[in-house]
Amino acid sequence: MKSITTSLGDGVRIELTRNELRNDIVQGSEAAAKKGKIDPLTPEDIDHMVDIFSQPGRTVSVEPGKEVVVTDDGAGLMPSWGRPSAGHAIPISDHQSILMYERVYCGDTCGLGFPDYSYKPVKSAIGYARSHYKAISMLTTIPLVYGSQPNMGMYYHPTGPVESPSEYLSKFEFDKAKEVQEEAAEHMRRDIMDVAENLYEVGCEAMNLDTSGSAGDADFWGCLNTVKDMKEKMPDMPVEMGMAGEMVMGMHGELTFEGERLAGMFPHSQAKVAAKAGVDVFGIAVNTETGKSTPYNLARTVTFTKACSDESPIPVHANSGMGVGGMPMTLLPPIGDSTRCAKALVEIGKADGL
Amino acid sequence: MGTGDSHGVAIAQIVSSCMGGVRTAGDLVAWMQLTRKMKIDQAKAYVAEKLNTQVANLTDETFMAKKREELGLSSVIPDHVEYAGIAAKTKIAKLLDISIHSVDLYHKHLKG
Repeated sequence: MKSITTSLGDGVRIELTRNELRNDIVQGSEAAAKKGKIDPLTPEDIDHMVDIFSQPGRTVSVEPGKEVVVTDDGAGLMPSWGRPSAGHAIPISDHQSILMYERVYCGDTCGLGFPDYSYKPVKSAIGYARSHYKAISMLTTIPLVYGSQPNMGMYYHPTGPVESPSEYLSKFEFDKAKEVQEEAAEHMRRDIMDVAENLYEVGCEAMNLDTSGSAGDADFWGCLNTVKDMKEKMPDMPVEMGMAGEMVMGMHGELTFEGERLAGMFPHSQAKVAAKAGVDVFGIAVNTETGKSTPYNLARTVTFTKACSDESPIPVHANSGMGVGGMPMTLLPPIGDSTRCAKALVEIGKADGL
Repeated sequence: MGTGDSHGVAIAQIVSSCMGGVRTAGDLVAWMQLTRKMKIDQAKAYVAEKLNTQVANLTDETFMAKKREELGLSSVIPDHVEYAGIAAKTKIAKLLDISIHSVDLYHKHLKG
């Protein structure tokens, strides 16, 4: 009998039998273990996850005492129409939206960011970022984290100054392809540093490099070097680093940080190298397979998260948004999925936060 | 790193698994993760010690409302909001023995 209601990775509702549920969880965990060369979930963990999906309530929650910290990734700005890319278009300011997030939603921290959420455009609107940050941080009590994406891809033609490596890769000119990636990473590094220094001048409490490594290992390399620079000049400003996916793509292939090759790194290694750079909170991101069920995707994510939490010397916060952290790749994910993902990431994945 | 771009799930996630911000002691624990790289259990234990209480009380709304009022740390109750913002963060930095950059800069500006 199909008694478990859940969804596919694209958000479509499905029903599973208890055996199908268990099989999906086992397969998801084994897929992560094989890919990341890490331990799969234990039989007790699998039983626990079966129980989380079998609970009859529409939503679930962690046991009292197991609550964690949430660092937001734009959720605090979501209601405001100051976020044209994905907001709810309510005619309120970022200011009002963030105070609502603090005192109505009761988030533990809150994020502020520019509507065009990459460091490159922030640099050209730095006065806007500074004045918003300063004014809002005078009124907030929870930590106010300034976030943006490093987004190294923006530095390639046609939107940026550097030739795209794909032009060279297609011609098998690998040395030139590597050279332009390193050049783009340096542009990105300068822009992030410029924004960081400007925000530090107005009292920035913490910064978030969100979706690091999205353009591959050179992107991740640039982010790590930036954090190192930031920590040397501004040691009292905490830095969060959220990743783009569970594996660093080897677009360059030879870049290293502190002796560690970055291409092909999985979360448990990413967190350690991030810590070496000076990152204070690491954001694990594990991507969703849209054709697989949420129990499969969540088991995969929790397996990576557990290994990462075990090995990381710094707090690990799991990205659990659209298409990451076991969540379906849809703008309107079911809250049953959201709460089940959160509970499993905390109770089985041992995440220090979300 | 929260719910990201997803719509309508932030409250569900916060209620399901998170500490509750200024409604409890969530912001205090978050400050310790950010400023001292503390993992969740260590951060909770540190905050509980500074508040002279048990870890279990950190998510007890009734206990924390009284505690936040007593210490002037702001909360969601209108009477406590008079301490909100930079004044509350000044007290939080002192209570937790941490450096909060916005607070440090504000006090530097006050001194001219």
